[in-house]
Parts: sequence; C-alpha cells; structure tokens
Amino acid sequence: MNFDSHSPTGPIETSWERHKFDINLVNPSNKRKFDIIVVGTGLAGASASATLAELGYKVKSFTFHDSPRRAHSIAAQGGINAAKNYQNDGDSVKRLFYDTVKGGDFRSRESNVYRLSQVSNEIIDQCVAQGVPFARDYGGLLTNRSFGGAQVSRTFYARGQTGQQLLLGAYSAMMRQVDKGNIELHTRREMMDLVTINDQARGITVRNLVTGEIESHSAHAVLLASGGYGNVFYLSTNAKNSNCSALWRAHQKGAAFANPCYTQIHPTCIPVSGEYQSKLTLMSESLRNDGRVWVPEDKSDKRHPSEISDAQRDYYLERVYPSFGNLAPRDVASRQAKYRIDEGRGVGKTEKAVYLDFRDAITRLGENTIKERYGNLFQMYQKITGENPYKQPMRIYPAVHYTMGGLWVDYNLQSTIPGLHVLGEANFSDHGANRLGASALMQGLADGYFVIPATLGHYLASHSLQDVSLSHEAFKQSQEDVKQRLSAMLSNKGSKTVDEFHRELGLIMWEHVGMSRNAEGLKTAITQIQKLREEYEHQVLIPGDENFKNDELEKAARVQDFLELGELMALDALKREESCGGHFREEYQTADGEALRNDEEFCHSAAFTYDKGTGKASWTRHEEKLEFENVKLSTRSYK
Amino acid sequence: MKIHLKVWRQKGPEDKGCMEDHTLDDVSSEMSFLEMMDVLNQKLIKEGHDPVTFDHDCREGICGSCSMVINGDPHGPQKATTTCQLHMRAFKDGETIYVEPWKAKAFPVIKDLMVDRSSFDRIQAAGGYVSVSTGNAPDANAIAIPKLTSDEAFLSATCIGCGACVAACKNASAMLFVSAKVSHLDLLPQGQEETHLRTQRMVAQMDEEGFGACTNTGSCSAACPKEIKLENIARMNRRYTGSQIKSS
Ligand SMILES: Cc1cc2nc3c(=O)[nH]c(=O)nc-3n(C[C@H](O)[C@H](O)[C@H](O)COP(=O)(O)OP(=O)(O)OC[C@H]3O[C@@H](n4cnc5c(N)ncnc54)[C@H](O)[C@@H]3O)c2cc1C
Ligand code: FES
Repeated sequence: MNFDSHSPTGPIETSWERHKFDINLVNPSNKRKFDIIVVGTGLAGASASATLAELGYKVKSFTFHDSPRRAHSIAAQGGINAAKNYQNDGDSVKRLFYDTVKGGDFRSRESNVYRLSQVSNEIIDQCVAQGVPFARDYGGLLTNRSFGGAQVSRTFYARGQTGQQLLLGAYSAMMRQVDKGNIELHTRREMMDLVTINDQARGITVRNLVTGEIESHSAHAVLLASGGYGNVFYLSTNAKNSNCSALWRAHQKGAAFANPCYTQIHPTCIPVSGEYQSKLTLMSESLRNDGRVWVPEDKSDKRHPSEISDAQRDYYLERVYPSFGNLAPRDVASRQAKYRIDEGRGVGKTEKAVYLDFRDAITRLGENTIKERYGNLFQMYQKITGENPYKQPMRIYPAVHYTMGGLWVDYNLQSTIPGLHVLGEANFSDHGANRLGASALMQGLADGYFVIPATLGHYLASHSLQDVSLSHEAFKQSQEDVKQRLSAMLSNKGSKTVDEFHRELGLIMWEHVGMSRNAEGLKTAITQIQKLREEYEHQVLIPGDENFKNDELEKAARVQDFLELGELMALDALKREESCGGHFREEYQTADGEALRNDEEFCHSAAFTYDKGTGKASWTRHEEKLEFENVKLSTRSYK
Repeated sequence: MKIHLKVWRQKGPEDKGCMEDHTLDDVSSEMSFLEMMDVLNQKLIKEGHDPVTFDHDCREGICGSCSMVINGDPHGPQKATTTCQLHMRAFKDGETIYVEPWKAKAFPVIKDLMVDRSSFDRIQAAGGYVSVSTGNAPDANAIAIPKLTSDEAFLSATCIGCGACVAACKNASAMLFVSAKVSHLDLLPQGQEETHLRTQRMVAQMDEEGFGACTNTGSCSAACPKEIKLENIARMNRRYTGSQIKSS
C-alpha cells in the first residue's frame, strides 16, 4: 500500500498556492454533475457541505443527530486559533506553524501544518462575515486570549461557547444551500457501511434511526467528517453519541487507520463523582489564562483550601515550567497532575483532583470580569458539583478529550481508498502526537471551508467515474451485510447490557492505554479486550427489534466497533517504543519524568490496514516517514 | 434517595400513549437527571422491557437535544438549566416526578420522550443566514462592531434550539426561537442587507409549520435554559412590521 503524502516539494511558504495551481479543476458547469456524500455536520462536515454546494456540487449530507446543529462541535468552549497577529505580539503564520509542530511533539506532517496555519486567517474572516459574534474590545475590534503551548495571544473566542457560535455559522451557511436545493439533508441517519465499486468509494449504506429502514445512497465521492473516537474510553468529554463507527466501517473496507494510540487527555475536567457517571465535563483550557493550578505542599494537609496559605501551596506548573507556567500544553499538564496525585497530594473527597484557583484573578480583575470571560463555565461547574467556584477553587482532574489519530489521509485529505476523503477530528493529519488547544476548530474549518473544496475537484477531474445505480450488486451486498450484522446482534439474548460492556472496555482502556502506558499493561489490555469482545458476541442483551427506533441497537453496533478499535489502539501503543506527546510509555522517560522520543526509529506515522478474510481482527502496520525540513527536530521543552 | 417516576410511554407517532409508573430505590443526589434515567433504562432492559427513548447528547447544556417536561415544566424546576444539567439534589427523597415529552403540533412525538423538531431546521433554512459564500469575506477587523452591540447579538445567538419555549407556551408559539435568530443577525452590520426578507420568510415558515400565535405571556423566556430575552420578540415584531411596509 502506498503511503505517499503527495505533499508539494519546494519552499513550504508557497506549497499550497503552487499545489492549487498544479491540480486539476472541474469546470463550473460540470460540478452539478457530481454527487458528493458528506457524513457528519460538525464544523468539518457542515463547512464542507456548504462550500461544496456553493461551488455547484450536488451534496447529500448525513448526520445521526436530529439536526446538523447538534453535532459535537457545538460543545467546544474555549476558542479557535489564527495567526492574525491583531495583538501585535509577534505572531505569524510561521510561528503558529512552529508552535503546532512542536506542540505535536514532531509527529505531524510539516506540509499539512503549514497550510493549516496559512488558512487560519481566512477562517476568522469567513466566520465574522457569517455573523459569528466573537468577543470584541471597547474599540469594536476583535480580541484574543491565550491557550496552552503558545507565548502569543491568538485565540478568538465567543465567551465559553466558541464551538456553538462557529457551528451555528457553518450550519446557517449549510441551511442556505438546503434552501437553494443544493444540499439534500438526511438527519437521524447512521452510516453503517461504505460502498466501494472498482476499489473507489461510491456510496454508503445507512440506517434510518426512526424507522429502522436500511437505505443506500450513491455518489462520485464520499467525505467522512464523523468526529473523534474518545468514547472508546466510555468516560470522556465527548458527547454521549460520538463514536468511531463511520471510520471503522471504512477501515474494514480498506482505509488505513493512522496513529490510533495518540489520545489527548485534557488536564482540566470535573472529576468523576460516582459509578453511575455517564460522561465527563470539560472545564476549558482558557480558564488557565486566569486560574492557577495547585495542590497542598504537604500531603497530610486536608484543610479547606481557603485555610491553606500561599506558602503551604505548591503551584506546581509555575514551579516546573517557569516560562509557560499554567499554560503548559495539555499532555504535560495532565501528566503533572497525575504525578501530584500519585504522590498522595490529590484533593477532594476522592483525592483524585487538583485545584484550579481563581482567587488571585478575582482580586486583581474583579468578579465581573471573570464572569464576563467564563460565566457559562463557572455556572456549568456549579450545576454539576454544587460548589461555587467564585468562592472556592475548582477541583479538576484529567480526562480523555480528543483523538489525534484517525484515518490516514494524504495532503489532499484523501484516504487510502480513492474517492474517500476524511476531514476534521476523523482524520489524523495535523496534530501529531498532541493537539494544542483551540486548534481542532481551526483544523475542522480549514479542512471544510478551504482545503477540500480545492482538492476534491482534483480527484473528480482526474478519474473517470461512471455513474453507478443503486441496483448495483455492491449496494445490495452491503445492505445484506448490515441487516445480517444487526439481526445477529439482536438474536443473541445474553445477560449483559451494552453499557455494561462499554464501561468495562473503558476501564481497561483507562487503566492500560490511558495517561501512561507500559508494555506489560498494553499486552494485558489486548488479551482482556479480545476476551471481552468474544463475550460480547454471545452475552450482549439488546431489547426491541431492528425495524423501529431502537437506541440500544444503535449503541450495540457502535460498541462492537469500539471493541476492535480498542485493541488496535493498544497494539499501536505497544509497537511505538518511545514517548511522544499524549503517548507516554513509562519505559521511555527522562530523569525528570518528561517524554523521551526516539527519532531514530519512530519519526514516522504508523498506519494500520485491516487484514481481510482472516475471520478475526488483525492488522498490518505500515509507516509514513516524517521529514522535518523547516522546524529543527529538537527536544520539546516548556521550562 | 427513593424516587417514584411517572413516565410518558408512546410506541410511535400513531400510538395514543400513556403514563407508566416506576420506582428507583437507590438514586444518588449527585446524579444528573439523565443519569437517573440511565439507571431506569438499565433496570428496564435487565427486566426484559423496552427502555425509555429520549434525545440527549452533549449532557452539558449546549447541544439542545435533551427535552423533557418535568413536573409540568420544560427542563424541570431550575431556572436556566437544561434537563441534562439538572441534578437529583433538586428533588426530595420519596418524591414523585412526572416526565413527559414536549407537546406541540409542530413537534410530533417519535417515541416516548423523543419528538421531531425538524420544523426548526426548516425555519432556519428560510433565511436564517447571511448570504456570504466561502472566500468572499473581507478582513475580520475591516468593520468595527461596538462591543455592546456584539454582546447583545451574542446573547440572542446563544439559543440552543431545544424548543423549550414552544413547550412552555400555551399556544405552542415559536416566537422566542425565531426572534432570537432574527435578532442575532439583525443586530449586526453583516446581517443588515437581508434583514427584511429574512424576517418575512422566517415568520412565514414558522406559521406554515403550525406553531401558534404569540400572546405575550412570557412563559417562553421564563422556561428558556439560555435566558433568551423577550425583547427579541419585540425587536422582531418591529422589524416585521417595517418589512411589511417596505414591501407593500
Ligand atoms: C467539551 C469539548 C470542548 C472542546 N473545546 C474546543 C475548543 O475550545 N477549541 C478547539 O479547537 N477544539 C475544542 N474541542 C475539540 C473540537 O470540538 C472537536 O475536535 C471538533 O469540534 C470536531 O469536529 P468535527 O466536525 O470533526 O466532528 P463532530 O463535531 O464530532 O461531528 C461529527 C458529525 O458526524 C456525524 N456522524 C458521526 N458518525 C456518523 C455516522 N456513522 N453516520 C452519520 N453521521 C455520523 C455526527 O452526527 C456529527 O454530525 C473540544 C472538544 C470537547 C469534547
Ligand atoms: S443533552 Fe445537550 S443540551 Fe442537554
């Protein structure tokens, strides 16, 4: 299999411009002859659907939600990066590029990251033109905040609801095209299979979640923008219904999965409160602009935080990373929290938390300013915990938040299946082994508004794509496979619910494939997951039937896919014998507990293909070598 | 805590539906309302029954999916709180809680507590946007927008499209939802160009979907988990009247 990134050669500053000039175009009047399927209506999917429809393509958009506006992107809080340098603090495309490559611990592709940094500015322009109400200062101009891993202020935001406002912008652009008849919108539809004909992606099989009907849809190209797979851990900050199935179905059909083990654990989330816990809630990284993270100096100090004086507190991020302080990147900050808790200095009832304290910021700026900046986050915290964060520090703990891995794509965002393109969190492209805050929204919108509209045309113009009819054998076969899979699941009346299996998988993943990993634990995880998967095949209990609205059946299919993905994540983590970004192998660390990379052997992305026809899940590992010509490979330090 | 539930069960749009009684003995006050419903569903599945269907996703009060009428109030007793953000500490040990779906002609029930809100999407499609295609935008700082104006637009734009306003209104009117969208764009210079047409079309679509008339009782705003203000309705009415005059 070919893992050529198709990145342009030559000076990186002009790569994207040259590439756009070099690739083939589809004549404006020919665009309407092409049907494009877009799975997902989050930032990546909605922006792609809208833009492709504006260009004249016939777009069919799919989402399992009842409305495009409910995609998980809606929950993004803190902000979106761009290299505008409105603050005149020395920002530039080059600096954003550099920060992102370094933030990703030198495990991303330079060409993609440079392009991302370049288009970042146009994203902000586009969003403002749509009416996105970003925060402004009293002069009426846009204002910024800082996010981790950067020493400039480049994050645009709309209070703690940036994702909501950006998604509503993309959604409205999309609905404008629905209004014009250029987008056919299919809500409450779940993609269950990818249909390939002559090894090209030509359609999808979906389940109508209301009626249970299995439907086929054809197209000249398929775009997946189905989000990340953090919910393999059961507990994560992702929305409850986020899942890996669209990716996994494509993976089983031949699309390579890259760097599955790169998982982001976010340092500031509300800790678990009980066994019934259904999800975890993020407290945005933006809070670290004003909040200070600490634990008591002395582990026997169990007093109320207000009674602990400054001298008796350990502001450990400020101590260990004096130049980045509380704004150390996520992987680093999470690991440090874990170390403090392992030392026995955790706080709160469960002692599995550290403090995030706004006392000093409130004294300095007043409660109103803090409310203005983070009002909805403080309110969210208070609702969940019953505690008032204006009066006492928040208790926070790391939680699974984002997955940097995803389907492998080249510079054109095309997967290893011709015609199948992957956008947003679903692909692996830009963040390497760790994503910096406020750059997922940037990447989703870059992919959808600016990259795919250019590169998709190249695919369509350079392939001869005969029309296919839904009566083609491949569609019928796919429908048959989906129906069989669902009825097989329903027919076995076991004794354990889907949620029970999912929780169990989550515990294995968190224990062995979570914040820190080692060879022995990873091997244990693989065996345990295989066993759980086998048990699942016989013991899962799903009520109801397939020809009807059936939530449990929907979850069951998703969990079946998670049960394979979990194993692949452990396998990837086992094979990557180094620490980098969010992937921390205990065997490979520096004397002071920082990640120790091995550039000799692992300066590559690992891409896995699913071995077909073996009757069980197994994979072949491939490598895409990473070259660093513009940023010097160096040890990542935030000290 | 012990909780008695009376939950609306309805097999499908055509089914008449009825209330069903359940008791949970071991509810923690730290649970969210939806986590309590999860516990009920796990119990039902184990006992061989069909679990209760309801919409939910983010469980953080932002996606607008969750939608339960709890003891007669859309999203329950707490001000500015979605169903998913409501916690069991808001209830008493031994309490009986009524759980029902949104009820409105324009929101037909799909199953149990899940309703069809696609009418909101169709209203949005009828002009709820600024007509600017990708690539046409000037520099983001090319026009300054006074902070207060922008903040006001933001407050209207925070509507999560859950439909509680409709569920709370005795006429099942969607005026708060539509006016929030109209106001968001109407307040901003970017939205000015199309403001008359937008208002007219969105209002026409709202009527076509079968939402009721607004009689200014204000229960919509009181039920809104995002505290969308009634001023939006007044602003839209002014704009609507203006646009009628303009087009006549
Ligand atoms: C709580 C939280 C806060 C965050 N805050 C920030 C932030 O401040 N800044 C930042 O940059 N990033 C943030 N992130 C990350 C960012 O929000 C996500 O990475 C990003 O929004 C993902 O967008 P997406 O378009 O790729 O996918 P999503 O928004 O997840 O959309 C996925 C879409 O695919 C559809 N879909 C999936 N599978 C199927 C299927 N099988 N069939 C049909 N449809 C399907 C879904 O219905 C949905 O429409 C945050 C993430 C979380 C969890
Ligand atoms: S589940 Fe998203 S708002 Fe309640």
